[in-house]
Amino acid sequence: MQMTHHIDPNDVGPNGRAEKVSAGKLHAAQYIVAGILIVLITGLWRLQVLGADNFRALAEANRIRKVPILAPRGRLFDREGRLLVDNYPSVSCYLLREQVKDLDVDLPLISQGLHIPIEQIQSTLRRYQIAPKYQPIPLKQDISPDEQAFIAAHRDELPELETLDEQRRLYPRDGFAAHLIGYVGEVSEQMLDDPRYAFYSPGDVVGRSGVEQTYDALLRGKDGSRDVIVNSHGKELGHLGQELAIPGKDLKLTIDLDLQIAAEKALDGKNGAIVAMDPHTGEILAMVSRPTYDPNQFSVRLTKNYWNEIINNPDHPLLNKSLQAQLAPGSTFKIIMSVAGLQENVAQTMHVSCNGGAEFYGHFYACDKHHGAVDINNAIPYSCDTFYYTLANRLGIDTIAKYATSVGLGQRTGIDLPDEVTGTMPSTAWKLKTQHDKWFAGETISVGIGQGAVTATPMQLARALSGIASGGVFRRPHVIFADEVPPEMQQAIQESFPGSGDAIIPLTTENWQLITDAMANVTSSPIGTAYAAHLEGVDFAGKTGTAQVIGHDALAKTNKGHNTEPNAWFVGMAPRRNPDIVVAVLWEHGNWGNNSAKLASQIIDAYVNKQRKRDNNIRIATTPEPAKPAAPTSETPTVPSAE
Amino acid sequence: MPRLSSYRDFDWVLLGFVLLLSLISVLEIKSATLHTKFHGFDHKQVQFLAGGIFLMFVISLIDYHRLIDIIHWAYGVSVLSLIAVLIVGTKVLGGRRWIKFPGGIHFQPSEWVKLVLILAVARYFWGLAGKELTWGDIGKAAAMVMVPMALVLKQPDLGTALTYLPILICGLFLGGIRVKQVGLVVLAIALIGGVAWKSGKHLKPYQQARINAFMDPDSDPRGSGYQIRQSLIAVGSGGIWGKGANKGTQTQGDFLPIPYTDFIFAAFCEEHGFVGAIGVLLLYFLILMRLIQNAQTASDLPGSFIIMGVVAVIVFQIAVNVGMVVGLMPVTGIPLPLLSYGGSSVLFTFLSLGIVMNIRMRRFVN
Repeated sequence: MQMTHHIDPNDVGPNGRAEKVSAGKLHAAQYIVAGILIVLITGLWRLQVLGADNFRALAEANRIRKVPILAPRGRLFDREGRLLVDNYPSVSCYLLREQVKDLDVDLPLISQGLHIPIEQIQSTLRRYQIAPKYQPIPLKQDISPDEQAFIAAHRDELPELETLDEQRRLYPRDGFAAHLIGYVGEVSEQMLDDPRYAFYSPGDVVGRSGVEQTYDALLRGKDGSRDVIVNSHGKELGHLGQELAIPGKDLKLTIDLDLQIAAEKALDGKNGAIVAMDPHTGEILAMVSRPTYDPNQFSVRLTKNYWNEIINNPDHPLLNKSLQAQLAPGSTFKIIMSVAGLQENVAQTMHVSCNGGAEFYGHFYACDKHHGAVDINNAIPYSCDTFYYTLANRLGIDTIAKYATSVGLGQRTGIDLPDEVTGTMPSTAWKLKTQHDKWFAGETISVGIGQGAVTATPMQLARALSGIASGGVFRRPHVIFADEVPPEMQQAIQESFPGSGDAIIPLTTENWQLITDAMANVTSSPIGTAYAAHLEGVDFAGKTGTAQVIGHDALAKTNKGHNTEPNAWFVGMAPRRNPDIVVAVLWEHGNWGNNSAKLASQIIDAYVNKQRKRDNNIRIATTPEPAKPAAPTSETPTVPSAE
Repeated sequence: MPRLSSYRDFDWVLLGFVLLLSLISVLEIKSATLHTKFHGFDHKQVQFLAGGIFLMFVISLIDYHRLIDIIHWAYGVSVLSLIAVLIVGTKVLGGRRWIKFPGGIHFQPSEWVKLVLILAVARYFWGLAGKELTWGDIGKAAAMVMVPMALVLKQPDLGTALTYLPILICGLFLGGIRVKQVGLVVLAIALIGGVAWKSGKHLKPYQQARINAFMDPDSDPRGSGYQIRQSLIAVGSGGIWGKGANKGTQTQGDFLPIPYTDFIFAAFCEEHGFVGAIGVLLLYFLILMRLIQNAQTASDLPGSFIIMGVVAVIVFQIAVNVGMVVGLMPVTGIPLPLLSYGGSSVLFTFLSLGIVMNIRMRRFVN
């Protein structure tokens, strides 16, 4: 081995020659070194000169986290400025997926600290799987002080947890005006697919029904954000600046709290709807639908139990019956029949002899009573079916349909609330179109008393009566004062809620007086069907309706109890001439229109009392007690296990 | 002992450049550890530097021919120490690389094996000077390097193992390997490498992941691609002038992984920009040119071989480390000489420089 023998440094070398490394090879080495450095410099040039802007943006994104500052939602007030819907501060917990190191390790701790079952966190994560990584995932809303303390104490182990101060909706207690006000909730996937909601991102809170939905754009304001400098573990190192949130606009509803309270009370324990409106303006003064629900449950901690309870309730608490119950209007339709008959100059001279019904086209059509000699003046207070069978037969379905349509039946009223339905006003054309069949003259007879194929909503009837009672000027019903809404938005809202809107029907003075006088007799004369509801000293007029839900024969054969009782309708107004308030009442299975009239009289009474007090300059202070947010406790299960 | 006047031949210019880089290193380590638990590593680096400079002067006193004389013993001890590491070594971060001595001293044999190999290769090719290299010669040289390399790979420490390769390549190049032989060797390596990569058995999963991440850094931005991605962001966002000392957001915000060792150049590039980076590379260029010049003026063949071996290791480390930081090379844990924090690296570099000084001081001896 060469390495084993001693080498003398002064020797010339093992081979006996004084070697040197060739200069050429060392020069080559210099070029190689220079070449390598040039390649590296090129790499630096590419990153630091050519790519600098791009990488600077990436670096900013790396270290700046935008923490949203949520805009408080606009509050809602009644027409006199009394608070209906407020906000309260709340803290939510979010998961930042970018900060997650090993979720499997962290999950049990998060689950324990925030009192959320692991499976629920996993299912939440699955739901957000397609969302971009930087988007925070809401884990739990309205967390307790204990849970906030837990997050603060585990900052280092769980950098992925982040709290966010929010303002949550606080609705009045016991579902007060719930259908009118609506509720807020997380924007749904279907909504996000809708171009109208392009502005929203998943997780955003959005109005899901009622005023909350229609006026969401005004109420929501604009979220701001705080730029926080963070390190790679999400630890805050400092602040850069912030964009303040623009709070949502407070809105004044046309609702009168006192009348709303009266209407809520009137329908308590019943199913149905009440609409009160100002016929001059179309302002809705009260709107109730029963059964109701608690909108607070939707904005925080909607539990599976509560949702199942609401969804499985056969009386459909989520349905706004003022706008969505399309039922046979029964005898309230006789007002529209009277308008048609008088305007066509048929009813003025019509006299019938009521013997408990009459025969048309080989069929006997029954009346409640033997009214004897009936003309237009007592047909309304008597609510004599025989008279209106005859009138319907003489007018024919298309003439009836012309008037009914002109007062707004079979179409939406265009009120600024979502999900209004059209109801049905049959005609020969309608039947041909929907059933591909011709109209039989016999079918017209039932329509004359508001049965058969005709259906209407309480809102439609309220608007129809408002127009007729004010001499033919029909106003679009609305729940927000126009001056609360920017003009361009008013336009957009009217377009998104198409309907009969404002309209004028030339009603002669004689006919108008005749109808309103007859309606006054319904409540003020002992012969009227709603005399039990009359108010002493108040010129309260109206029309009852008792609409069969099943035929007389079928009713005789079955004994289904409650749900076979007729629906009780009443539309009324005060005062008789030039009324200031119109009320429509639907009491489902309320048996007799008279019963609904008594409910309406409670609202009229509240209205009149208020006027009296105002005239006496007495200050009124009635406010519904707002719900207090239940103190979140660690024991509160967010989603109970399925039963 | 050399006469004191020999210190006139000490390469003071080279030492000046080296100390300038060391100063930059200390300042950057200070900045990169400012907000971390490694705060104060700059002081430790100063201690390492002091130790390194002391050892540089000590080793320059011992005639390098004496070192070559005993190199076969040193080689044997090296191999034994590498085997010892595998048996009794302290396991840190999944690898056995250190031998722990009483008193808290950690010794990483693979670092000083570098120096041993430089001397051994020089000694070996000196013995072959003037004759054409046979396949047998090439095989023996390769075996000399590959045995410790295999032991270090076993630890596993791919980065350090790879730094042995340039010593062999440099030796073969200066020793007179012919073009035809180079071609065949390259072909063989390509074949073996290809088969090894295909079979996937010879690279640890994390090593494969690193190479995949190098090919496509965005494929796994939170996993293997994280380091390279954060490094590119740090370097790129530094721009032409940099963000200023202690102001690198990637470095200070702890986004850049280990910014005081393997990624120190990325931290420096972020804070001092393209201009600063060019400055550092220029210093390296001057140091390397100075070393090659010393190789030219060395009085004998082993002197030139040793210096060029040192050059080869330093160039390789710069190429791999800076190449990694700017995204031209896959991630390998190789420190950047004179800049990265760490005692072993500092000691190796200054011992190497000590031997270079040693050779320079004796250039007029024969």
